[in-house]
Amino acid sequence: MFLFLRLEITFMVSNSNNDRRILLAHGSGGRMTQELIEEVFGTAFANPFLDRMDDAASLDLTGRIAFTIDSHVVSPIFFPGGDIGRLSLTGTVNDLAMMGARPLYISAGFIIEEGLPFQDLQTIVSSMQQAAAEADVEVVAGDTKVVERGAADGIFITTSGVGSIPAGIQISASGARPGDAVIVSGTIGDHGAAIISRRGGMDFNVELTSDCAPLGGLVADMLAASSEIHALRDPTRGGVAATLNEIAAASGVDIEIGEDLIPFQGEVRAACELLGLDPLFLANEGKLVAFVAQADAARVLDAMRRHPLGADACIVGSVAAAERDHCRVFARTVLGSRRILSMPSGEQLPRIC
Amino acid sequence: MPLSFLDDFRRGDHVRALMNRLEKSAAALERPVRIMEVCGTHTMAISRHGIRQALPPNLKLISGPGCPVCVTANSDIDTFIEMALLPGVIATTFGDMLRVPGTRMGLAEARGRGARVQIVYSTLDALRLARENPESKIIFFGIGFETTAPTIAAAIAEASSSGLDNFLVLSAHKTVPRALTALCSTPELAVDAFLCPGHVTAMIGPHAYDAVVADYGLPCVIAGFEPADILQSLIMLCGQLAVGRAEVALQYTRGVRPDGNPTAMALLHQVFSPCDAEWRGLGVIPGSGLAIRDEFAAHDAARHFQVDAGYSHEPRGCLCGAILTGLKTPGECGLFGKACTPDHPVGPCMVSSEGTCAAYYLYETNDVL
Repeated sequence: MFLFLRLEITFMVSNSNNDRRILLAHGSGGRMTQELIEEVFGTAFANPFLDRMDDAASLDLTGRIAFTIDSHVVSPIFFPGGDIGRLSLTGTVNDLAMMGARPLYISAGFIIEEGLPFQDLQTIVSSMQQAAAEADVEVVAGDTKVVERGAADGIFITTSGVGSIPAGIQISASGARPGDAVIVSGTIGDHGAAIISRRGGMDFNVELTSDCAPLGGLVADMLAASSEIHALRDPTRGGVAATLNEIAAASGVDIEIGEDLIPFQGEVRAACELLGLDPLFLANEGKLVAFVAQADAARVLDAMRRHPLGADACIVGSVAAAERDHCRVFARTVLGSRRILSMPSGEQLPRIC
Repeated sequence: MPLSFLDDFRRGDHVRALMNRLEKSAAALERPVRIMEVCGTHTMAISRHGIRQALPPNLKLISGPGCPVCVTANSDIDTFIEMALLPGVIATTFGDMLRVPGTRMGLAEARGRGARVQIVYSTLDALRLARENPESKIIFFGIGFETTAPTIAAAIAEASSSGLDNFLVLSAHKTVPRALTALCSTPELAVDAFLCPGHVTAMIGPHAYDAVVADYGLPCVIAGFEPADILQSLIMLCGQLAVGRAEVALQYTRGVRPDGNPTAMALLHQVFSPCDAEWRGLGVIPGSGLAIRDEFAAHDAARHFQVDAGYSHEPRGCLCGAILTGLKTPGECGLFGKACTPDHPVGPCMVSSEGTCAAYYLYETNDVL
């Protein structure tokens, strides 16, 4: 009786959806590929463009177009606050939004390691679709390849996207001007801290959650509030420190921020203290840094704070003319002295996005 | 410790009030004073919070030999790299060591040549690797001071009692008090007082500095790591210097007990015994190292693997040795910020998160370059 019961349970488990795995045949281009596309991708991303099953999506676009691409290899593929699916969608959407573009269409390439649980793929694709709905974009083209075990780590996703840039919008990394206010849209370092906490079995007793979110809506509200937004960037790899240094170099200006003005979550700061990391160097996936004419700063800040993804927005510093021939970023310390805020160097944390 | 508690030690108004008091204390000295911050974490905190630039003009903070990665001699690094290149070995180390350039190559390069090198956050990770890979020898590079040595002693004791014979340690540990007395005997250094390391002292206890006070008459204050801690400690040092007194005083009362951590030290002494050790910049200091005792010889990588790392030497033009002993500052090194940057480090002081050159480069290049 006991033996029988055990056999029955084993039988049930092996046939359940939990145990289905992606096989090399799913990438062969044959019937199993077709099944995979219909069962997973076609169901999740259903839209008129994709449903036609053409070789390419045919889109009506007018005016100036922003066009970008982003590959995602994050480890672990599931983390608190998101997964590689959500991340891969928001990554490209946010790059488009940072140009002031309205994100419209996304294509996605999946490289899957054989043996990935079928259910994991379904979860990833469905959170990708959830993020696409939040971002008001459609996934209109895709491709899937399956590689031998060991040739990838679970799943890699590359997305590219297009968005339309409204007339009159001129936002660029080289646009920051002396006198601009520097605004961050919320707490810093959340994504990086969430990834570290999931690596190497570190248990902080509190759940650090990634901020992974599409920023197109927030940017639209900002653009409606002011026409004097000069530069936008989402501080992903390298964190706020890298973003400020990139903008300073591209715009030919110095930037100064106040250390005590940067918003941090207590848990993130505590984790950074323990691990000896600087939250300014940690990646964010749902935050932006804006460079706005001083006269419009309060209005933009107000618009940001009324959006759920900008509730903690604040002014953290200002832009000045470059003092020397190389552009620098400074942090004003609590003592009132000024220190360099440099680019992060070396491999801080590989594969965070 | 709740973080809000730590925030008080960083609050602008607190810190500025302490700086005002320090200015008065320093003015009362009426002479230039050189204080060495021994610990690399202090060096980083001082640079990061802009303390060095804000100090009264007659107060000079000199960075000392308190970065564990930096003081590790190239001969030890070269030996570890040779071991890492052996077949069947998984070399484990704390992250900073990966990028330190050895004489012929660094660990990162050794990894590129096929060595299995794993970064671990603690010795527990290395023990786990030993359990999961019974066919491999796991060698952990034991570096650091009395702060990390007890945890490595615990790992060796654990491996010994659970028969985990494939867990080995290359011990290049150093002890702090011996290095301080060696520094005191360096006449050209001319240090007036020591800002002593809070974390090391939490282990060894404040009495470990009695010899510095008794034999050399130099004030010692054991300091915490927040801006308010460091400023308060400097005020305490100025107070001693003003009246010509020298004693060991404890500012970091929330972290250090009068007798240190006897349990951790007992474990350290159970597994390690003092030996002569080579320090980068300071040379061989008698009795300043920690060798694995005979009872634990099975876990001693130095006895298990007889490797010949060849002739070890410092990188050409690198002043790390002089910088570690406070004789030179990073700005005086011809390589600093030019040939030697965190992305292309020539010497270990530019690599480590506690290194003097890294601290100056990251936070103070405005004043140096």
